[in-house]
Amino acid sequence: MKKNNIPQDNGSINDLYYAVDEEGNYITATSTGWDPKKIALDNAVQEINERTAEARVRVLNGDTSPIEYYMELNRMDIGILSSYVGFWKWRVKRHFKPKHFTKMSLKNLKKYADVFEVSVEKLKNIENGN
Amino acid sequence: MEIKFAHHQSAHCENGVVSSLMRYKGYDVSEPMVFGIGSGLLFCYIPLLMINHAPAITYRVMPGQIFSKFAKRVGIKIKREKFSNPVEAQNRLDENLKRNNPVGLQVGVFNLVYFPDDYRFHFNAHNLVVYGKKEGSYLISDPVMEEVTTLTEKELQKVRFAKGAFAPKGHIYYPTDFPEKLNLEAAIIKGINQTCKTMLAPIPIVGIKGIRFTANLVRKWPKKKGVKVANHYLGQIVRMQEEIGTGGGGFRYIYAAFLQESGKLLSNNKLLELSKEMTNIGDLWRDFALDASRIYRNRTAKPDSFNDIANQMDLIADREEIFFKNLRKAIA
Repeated sequence: MKKNNIPQDNGSINDLYYAVDEEGNYITATSTGWDPKKIALDNAVQEINERTAEARVRVLNGDTSPIEYYMELNRMDIGILSSYVGFWKWRVKRHFKPKHFTKMSLKNLKKYADVFEVSVEKLKNIENGN
Repeated sequence: MEIKFAHHQSAHCENGVVSSLMRYKGYDVSEPMVFGIGSGLLFCYIPLLMINHAPAITYRVMPGQIFSKFAKRVGIKIKREKFSNPVEAQNRLDENLKRNNPVGLQVGVFNLVYFPDDYRFHFNAHNLVVYGKKEGSYLISDPVMEEVTTLTEKELQKVRFAKGAFAPKGHIYYPTDFPEKLNLEAAIIKGINQTCKTMLAPIPIVGIKGIRFTANLVRKWPKKKGVKVANHYLGQIVRMQEEIGTGGGGFRYIYAAFLQESGKLLSNNKLLELSKEMTNIGDLWRDFALDASRIYRNRTAKPDSFNDIANQMDLIADREEIFFKNLRKAIA
């Protein structure tokens, strides 16, 4: 890439690029952003927002527990959530089931609440939360 | 306390940390040099691992490898520690700062408060330097940021003990032992040799074969996963290639810069020529990203376009295959 081809689109962070100057020597220069990357990032964020919105609807319909909603809200998957909360994946999956969720001990609820940085009250009732 | 530490912005976090720590100790080693000697360049499709609900693809070696190999090859020693107890991890950090020793830390990105929101995913292989502590806040030199910044004790603990794939476990590292003079020449040859070896390795998911393997997957995605998921996966490839820290073109430009610097240092004209070819290959990766973005921009695309983009990857694989064969010859 030539120095004057370094993209200067609208991004959220200033990146350092390696490019060649007029004599063909490598130099570094900052870029304010590049659209193809920006679109990929935006799509990834949008994808997560969609997943979160879907999870929310399922919680309100009683198909899943708020834990799944908060997991999506925090951009996690089951593997990441399980390592944060310290439960096996199968237990996390079980906690997604409203039937099990309502029976969970306060101690375990507190663990999830701490990971998501919300109160147990907010964890139990997403309408009070976000 | 504050250690007099010069912040340098770099493209990639790990090279940047190593390069700044070396400069602090009085050795002027550039970022591309660290990257090249540490054999940082790669292409690998990582099977079974899903990151952010899409397959994991990487354009560089595993976190930590660059520094380890660089250290071994130029003859410096590194001290590395991981912790199960966060309090112990913080004490060790404070001890080092008291001894006026800036250190590198591996951290997770998700809770890194100074990062913009669209970069904050559960990615645990970021690196930064801590160079002091003032009024309960740590002074941070993050190589990918333009300016230095700070994190509170709580904020830093959180990112040091992020969980998930490549969990940092409080990983702290710094160089301890230096030779009188760095033997860059021999180290460069070793670094190049290994990169050629891995890029040409007869393993289906690694190097040139890995690019072709991924291209084949890209072809199948729209039919197998549906266009929406295929777009998401394709976007992930571009993010891995262009996200912060690659210097553009999936590290290919940094590598070209390394070859140019090495060519001058070793008075090897072939390396200078190959540096130009690597720049051209970097441009091809950029074109690939640009064309890929035209597909996922609308989030609805024809399956044909996935074929075209896969063909583009195959072409890059052909160019890189010839390139690494020539590179191996150039230093033989």
